[in-house]
Amino acid sequence: MLLSARLFFHILRDTLVVLSAHDLSVVKSDRLLFDKLNFSVEQGGLLYVKGPNGAGKTSLLRVLCGLLDSESGEVNFKQQAIHSVSSSFHHQLVYFGHKAGLNLRLSAIENLDFWCKQHEQNVSIEQIYQTLAELQLVGLEELPIGHLSAGQQRRVALARLWFKSSACLWILDEPFTALDTSGISLLMNKIADFLRSGGAVVMTSHQDLELDYPKQELVLEYRI
Amino acid sequence: MWKWLHPYAKTEKSYQLCQTLLPWFSVFGLFTLIVATVWGLAFAPADYQQSDAFRIIYIHVPSAILSKMLYSSMAIAAFIGLVWQVKTAFMAMIALAPIGAMVTFVSLITGAVWGKPMWGTWWEWDARLTSQLILLFLFFGVMSLYKSFDDQQQAGKAAGVMAIVGVINLPIIHYSVEWWNTLHQGATILKMDKPSMPPEMLWPLLLAIVSWALVSGAIFLLRLQNEIIRREIKRPWVLAMVSQVQDVNTGDNNSPKPEQAQ
Amino acid sequence: MTPLWALFKRDLTLAFHQRAELIQPLIFFMLVVSLFPLGVGPNPATLQMIGPGVIWVAAILSSLMGLERLFRDDFQDGSLEQLLLSGSALPLVALVKVTTHWLTSILPLLILSPLLALFLHLNEAMYWALLATLILGTPLLSLLGAIAVALTVGLNRGGVLLALLLVPIFIPLLIFATSAVDAAALSLPYNAQLAIIGAMLLFALALAPFATAYALRVSQN
Repeated sequence: MLLSARLFFHILRDTLVVLSAHDLSVVKSDRLLFDKLNFSVEQGGLLYVKGPNGAGKTSLLRVLCGLLDSESGEVNFKQQAIHSVSSSFHHQLVYFGHKAGLNLRLSAIENLDFWCKQHEQNVSIEQIYQTLAELQLVGLEELPIGHLSAGQQRRVALARLWFKSSACLWILDEPFTALDTSGISLLMNKIADFLRSGGAVVMTSHQDLELDYPKQELVLEYRI
Repeated sequence: MWKWLHPYAKTEKSYQLCQTLLPWFSVFGLFTLIVATVWGLAFAPADYQQSDAFRIIYIHVPSAILSKMLYSSMAIAAFIGLVWQVKTAFMAMIALAPIGAMVTFVSLITGAVWGKPMWGTWWEWDARLTSQLILLFLFFGVMSLYKSFDDQQQAGKAAGVMAIVGVINLPIIHYSVEWWNTLHQGATILKMDKPSMPPEMLWPLLLAIVSWALVSGAIFLLRLQNEIIRREIKRPWVLAMVSQVQDVNTGDNNSPKPEQAQ
Repeated sequence: MTPLWALFKRDLTLAFHQRAELIQPLIFFMLVVSLFPLGVGPNPATLQMIGPGVIWVAAILSSLMGLERLFRDDFQDGSLEQLLLSGSALPLVALVKVTTHWLTSILPLLILSPLLALFLHLNEAMYWALLATLILGTPLLSLLGAIAVALTVGLNRGGVLLALLLVPIFIPLLIFATSAVDAAALSLPYNAQLAIIGAMLLFALALAPFATAYALRVSQN
């Protein structure tokens, strides 16, 4: 009886796991960044990756997205290796990296409209205008991105988090960089909302995360 | 198939394999090279048409054959690396590239030297010479692409793709150049229809080809070892090996270092 | 289909924004071709003889100039990452990019070709042969070029390296294309050359997008 209850609990927990890493080792430029890393993120879970510069935080996140190949070990998305389900995995993922992913010659609207279509999200132009207004970018929607300030560009890039409704996992690499206080609180609220609705988040940040939400920490060390 | 092998053990194993194979390749290679060269240059009968000038064949033909074989082996190594994600295969690929380029270069030089008495010119846009020249460029392409990357794993993969693109193109290039050559053939080219070689000329040639293959193999093994050591300099097994060598040195010779310092 | 169509439209829009940059390889193409009469003299017979080769060499060189545009911006601003994570099939994405590149950078070159044929005294039969080889051959330049661009996109200094990688591979194309025009000059049939170029094109069409897709993944490492 107890055994079956425990088994049930395990199964339940396994089905809740969104992303998990098993014995993950990553080598970059012949340097071992980390070795045999194990962790899992469940629905509604927040994994906060910490560590000094060069410890491999960005590399880890890129491995989790499938952009970077690991030396050994595997990354699973809902119990399946990400490379075997890459299309459906990417359909449910938003990655936000160091590079904004915005073309400087196109406007915010053009960039985001393209992104939504590319990621097969059904978002109307009106919705994009609305979200940009929410992000305090009124009047800048049709200017080429290159004319916007760094913080404004980040805000435009972050708008993706509002659009990808099919996502159940966000991987955010230093999302607060170049944002002002109002931008940071806007983003914090968005992340908290997403987590409460059952999404999973993996993120790095140099700022202390003042998020009123239980978080799991993963500390990477700099290795030589 | 490959996943169960731990990647570090693999390079260590291939290093040891090189270590065991190297003496055989070097000894046999050098021996056959000397025999074949002396036999070919001094004892084989002279050609009735070209007299002694033909003797360069004992260097030209082996290098020309080897150059294509080396390019193919390089592409095969790249293919293995790309498909099965074998790190050592990329090291093998880049260890092969300069040897191949060198051999191709030798075949070009000897071809030109041979061309001078035969065709009366150092360079003739002969089909074989031309495709050999392009082959040299293909080797250069793979090598320069590899060298351009800082991350050598990335370098291996990128150069690997290029090596494979090149090997697919090689027959097309060869065929097109040959066809182009017959189209534009000038009158100066002395058409050499080769009668079947008499055995006393053929044997040293075959031996020369084998010896070139063995010597290239020996150089390849040495280069692969170097590449492995260079890439894995911080791995425990390399450090262990280095300290072993140091122990032997300091143990046998009664600490020669202070003497050198004086 | 929609994601790929969106990509196609976006790349065309971008090309329109960058039209000044697109015109440069065209001017270069014209310039190279007009150097030859200056270099070898204006004798129509000589020019007619070297004309096909000159136009093709110039086309190869100028296509190398514009090729970097193919993935450079997308790599640098991070659009490529987002493209890789969009769930679209990457070989198809590569194919769409190659198509837009061909339409925006190479097609104008084809449109200019009658003028150049005039410069080099090609006769009408030669011109039609030239046009046919250009139509069949230039997509091959873009397809194979895309592989090398994808391989070198992370290096920030691809220019000369790109030429070093690609020029040897373009040699068969040059040989068959110029020989087709030469055959036309002697009013001989040149179907065989066109068929070979067509075969090479189909072969590249089948394989190059996969190689490009792989190279793009490697560029992210």
